[in-house]
Amino acid sequence: MSQQAEATLEVAAQAGLRKKGIGVYWRRFRQDKRAVFGLVIIVMFSIAAAFGGWITPYDAQAQHYELLEPPSIGHPLGTDNLGRDLLSRLMIGARTSMIVAIFGLTFAALVGIPLGLLSGYYGGWVDMVVMRYIDIQWAFPNFIIAVMLVGIFGLGVQNVIMAIFLAYIDDFARVVRGMVLSIKEEDYVIAARGIGVSDLRMMVKHIFPNAMPPVIVLSSVFFAAAILIEAGLTFLGLGVSPLTPTWGSVLNDARPFFARAWWLGTFPGLVIMFVVLAVNFVGDAIRDLNDVREYSGITTSA
Amino acid sequence: MQRYLIRRLLFSLFAVWATMTLTFVFMRALPGDPITTMVGSEGDPATIEVIKNRLGLDKPVPIQYFYYLRSIVRLDLGDSIYLRLPVLDQMKEALPRSLSLAAVAFIIGVGIGIPAGVISAVRRYSIWDHVATMVAFTGLAMPSFWLGIVLIIVVGVKLNLLPVFGYHPLYDSDGVHFWPWLSRLILPAIATGTGIAAILARQTRSAMLETLNQDYIRTAYAKGMRERVVIWRHAFRNSLIPVITVMGIVLALLLNGVVIIENVFAFRGLGRLLVDSILGRDYPIVQGVIIFIAILFISANFVVDILYAFINPRIRYSD
Repeated sequence: MSQQAEATLEVAAQAGLRKKGIGVYWRRFRQDKRAVFGLVIIVMFSIAAAFGGWITPYDAQAQHYELLEPPSIGHPLGTDNLGRDLLSRLMIGARTSMIVAIFGLTFAALVGIPLGLLSGYYGGWVDMVVMRYIDIQWAFPNFIIAVMLVGIFGLGVQNVIMAIFLAYIDDFARVVRGMVLSIKEEDYVIAARGIGVSDLRMMVKHIFPNAMPPVIVLSSVFFAAAILIEAGLTFLGLGVSPLTPTWGSVLNDARPFFARAWWLGTFPGLVIMFVVLAVNFVGDAIRDLNDVREYSGITTSA
Repeated sequence: MQRYLIRRLLFSLFAVWATMTLTFVFMRALPGDPITTMVGSEGDPATIEVIKNRLGLDKPVPIQYFYYLRSIVRLDLGDSIYLRLPVLDQMKEALPRSLSLAAVAFIIGVGIGIPAGVISAVRRYSIWDHVATMVAFTGLAMPSFWLGIVLIIVVGVKLNLLPVFGYHPLYDSDGVHFWPWLSRLILPAIATGTGIAAILARQTRSAMLETLNQDYIRTAYAKGMRERVVIWRHAFRNSLIPVITVMGIVLALLLNGVVIIENVFAFRGLGRLLVDSILGRDYPIVQGVIIFIAILFISANFVVDILYAFINPRIRYSD
């Protein structure tokens, strides 16, 4: 980055406005060691998820290696009870975790955010109906909601996505509604109403962008939680098909062999833990940069 | 206060009713009907009629809904499909196990989390604070089922210190068996309680830091009070309110623990019953356990709300 550009960004940052510029963000982000550590892990995780099948050292389903072989140069994380390479299986598993979390949460955001906007903006009976719904769902832990939904819909990737989708609608709606209630009282909204801006335009152009920062921060918390939910469901045998390697199913398949093969029990758990830690660290850093501390959330393990 | 109580109570009742109704709707919307599950797809038409009649499935849906609500109020949850035992009996057998697990996990979580948070805050940036922070972060990111497995391997199998599977009743006709009961609960309770301890430690730490900055704490020190008295009698007491706000999360973690950890430790409680019946498509049990968990959980949240209103007057006057 040129000196001049940097100086410009500095001025922009000093102005202390919303448009901070990615460069300033990045420089402040870099100073946070935990956040950088988190970002590195997330990038590795994303690469594994995106290119899984092409970059795994072995075919994740191939069974022609030594059974229960401890970690070695050839198989850095060892092999499982059917002689499959554990590293390759965990890399493929990243894809399922990612797909389930991203799709589930995107759908939830697509429904939850408009619900929160409408409820906060119009108030009255709309708010009343939406809030009762949110309150009921809020009363249950998301993991339990997911277990119940899978119990009703049955197993499979689509149903796990569906479960995460339905379980997180209330979480999005609740944050957005809270933000809308405070933004509604801001001068610029009152001014916009004064010049006759329509309700739809008001919500989309004026309120929605300003309600976003806490949603983005919380999404990281939700993302980590969704990964834990998927792993937990699959571990219970309630998740995606047992034939697809996922972090939960790799752990579950290996249960009878843990005492003999420590690597089978250790690595899948560590992978889940590192990714969840990484997402939390990056989320914390984004939160600090945006200064939306009051919306800190807690990711809980499944 | 009274208005607040009544409103919370009405909401709780509404939530219970809504959960029951949703369960009813979902159970009817299922692919495949219960009769095919019971007699197979080639069932004799006369048998099917008899079963339909017995289950009330030949009636219109609103009538079925009424029967459904009535039977729940009468605590008649029907018979399970496989064992053909009353669902209620199976739940009664499982309940004490889940409650034992939740109780011990709660004690471990509170017993470790709160003191750790206090020490972290009082000795801020000390080695204790750093260690506690790291352990708490790890504890939150670690899947509880994985911790359970590690505990089984290390403590149970390798070191052979504690039994790792099953449950022993606390008391029966021979008297009280405290140790056999507790020893089988320690490992699953640690697996469930670690996340709880981690959250409580973080929350207690930040609440204590806030309180320790207050003027009255400085005054107490200035008066020459002993540190222990200042910390526990003045600072800690006033830090409890924010800690109680996370009790909802603690309850959620206990419930998660019951469902998932029971399956790791072959512990035949409610969570295990639920998961087994989901896998076996034993819908009467699934329905019964879901409704029961909903009622239990909504009641527990109700109690937490009341507790919170008692402690923090601002809540009860704000409405």
